[in-house]
Amino acid sequence: MTATEAHAHEHHDFLAHHWDTPEQQFEAGKLGMWLFLATEVLLFGGLFVGYSVWRGNHPELFKFGSQYLDTTMGAINTVVLILSSLTMAWAVTCAQRGNRKGLIIGLLLTLAGAGGFLGIKYVEYSHKFHEGWFPGAYFYNEPPEQSHTWDENLPVPGAVAADIPVPDTEARTIEQLGFPEDIPVETSTVAPPAEGPSGLVENALDVDRHEDEHVEHQIHALQSEDRPANAHMFFNIYFMMTGLHGLHVLVGVGVMIWLLIGAVKGRFNEKYFTPVDLGGLYWHIVDLIWIFLFPLFYLI
Amino acid sequence: MASESSQHEAHHEVGHVVPVRILFATGMGLLALTVLTVVAASFDVGNLNIWIALAIAVLKGSLVVMFFMHLRYDRPFHGVVFVTSLAFVALFISFALTDTTEYAGDLNPGDAPKVVEKLTVLGE
Repeated sequence: MTATEAHAHEHHDFLAHHWDTPEQQFEAGKLGMWLFLATEVLLFGGLFVGYSVWRGNHPELFKFGSQYLDTTMGAINTVVLILSSLTMAWAVTCAQRGNRKGLIIGLLLTLAGAGGFLGIKYVEYSHKFHEGWFPGAYFYNEPPEQSHTWDENLPVPGAVAADIPVPDTEARTIEQLGFPEDIPVETSTVAPPAEGPSGLVENALDVDRHEDEHVEHQIHALQSEDRPANAHMFFNIYFMMTGLHGLHVLVGVGVMIWLLIGAVKGRFNEKYFTPVDLGGLYWHIVDLIWIFLFPLFYLI
Repeated sequence: MASESSQHEAHHEVGHVVPVRILFATGMGLLALTVLTVVAASFDVGNLNIWIALAIAVLKGSLVVMFFMHLRYDRPFHGVVFVTSLAFVALFISFALTDTTEYAGDLNPGDAPKVVEKLTVLGE
């Protein structure tokens, strides 16, 4: 056995038995991580396609909805995420140099950044929920007493059909159906699909609005006449994209805690830092996606 | 640079150690570009705004990928994998956009203002 071969078979605690060398193990892990990052790009890519198509057709919705996002909070969150990316990159460098103290401090700072980001996101989300800016059909569709912008003179969408009598399915004639001629059935306020704009929220909210001109001044901008049809679609895309991103930040917090435990236990050194390196790559891709989400939603 | 990296490889069997000063320079660059994109968004230059914002975002993203994610020093194949995924996203977006604003505006009046606008210009 030559000296080189003896060196190649040197025993490493971290080397799994199915790898020949630490380098092979590291490079395989790293390639796997980059492949995973590619699937992450494609996952968000689908949402970016949806964003592009919807914004192409409805630029006015994005202009309008963007006013209701807090640019300052978004900018602060961008800075927080960039700084946490920096501390993560620094932690990786520390791990590669076998600086355990630096690694632990770097991971703690990154964790603080992730917590700060989620905290600011929580403030932003709860403000929107409080105002009733929910995605889709739930837009303004909450109990009136929970929203200070809700005008109680407006009907709750979806609550109009309750009094319509259920017809007897066995009956064949008008007489047998038992409908009196002047049946007080409320006419549906929902336009047929091919005639009205898609989405029912706008139509339901429009009921009686013109008869209550005196309450007009109390109505929030999002409930006003100026609100473009389907304004809720902006919040659909906003919540979907930032929500999926927020979920990734939450997973990142889990990864950081796991790395922190490993670092405290002394699992990593200058020869073995793969988990720190790969966890760092994940954290940077989360930062990268936010770099695109910030201008696309907040800076319109 | 080459001698510096070979020196590092002598001490470390795997990976490339990015010096802390380069990381800090990258971080400061990212913060400066964040300020720039916010300032740029405050000027209304019509359709150009979105392209300026995207250009700055691409620049910021490149900094993150090149230095924070070590791709500048990494195996080229990792870059091939990553850029391929970006190329596919670009492909999906551009294909999806080829028929955006092309659908019948008369079916759902008021549903897609951009479509209606386009049809009006065409005199239909």
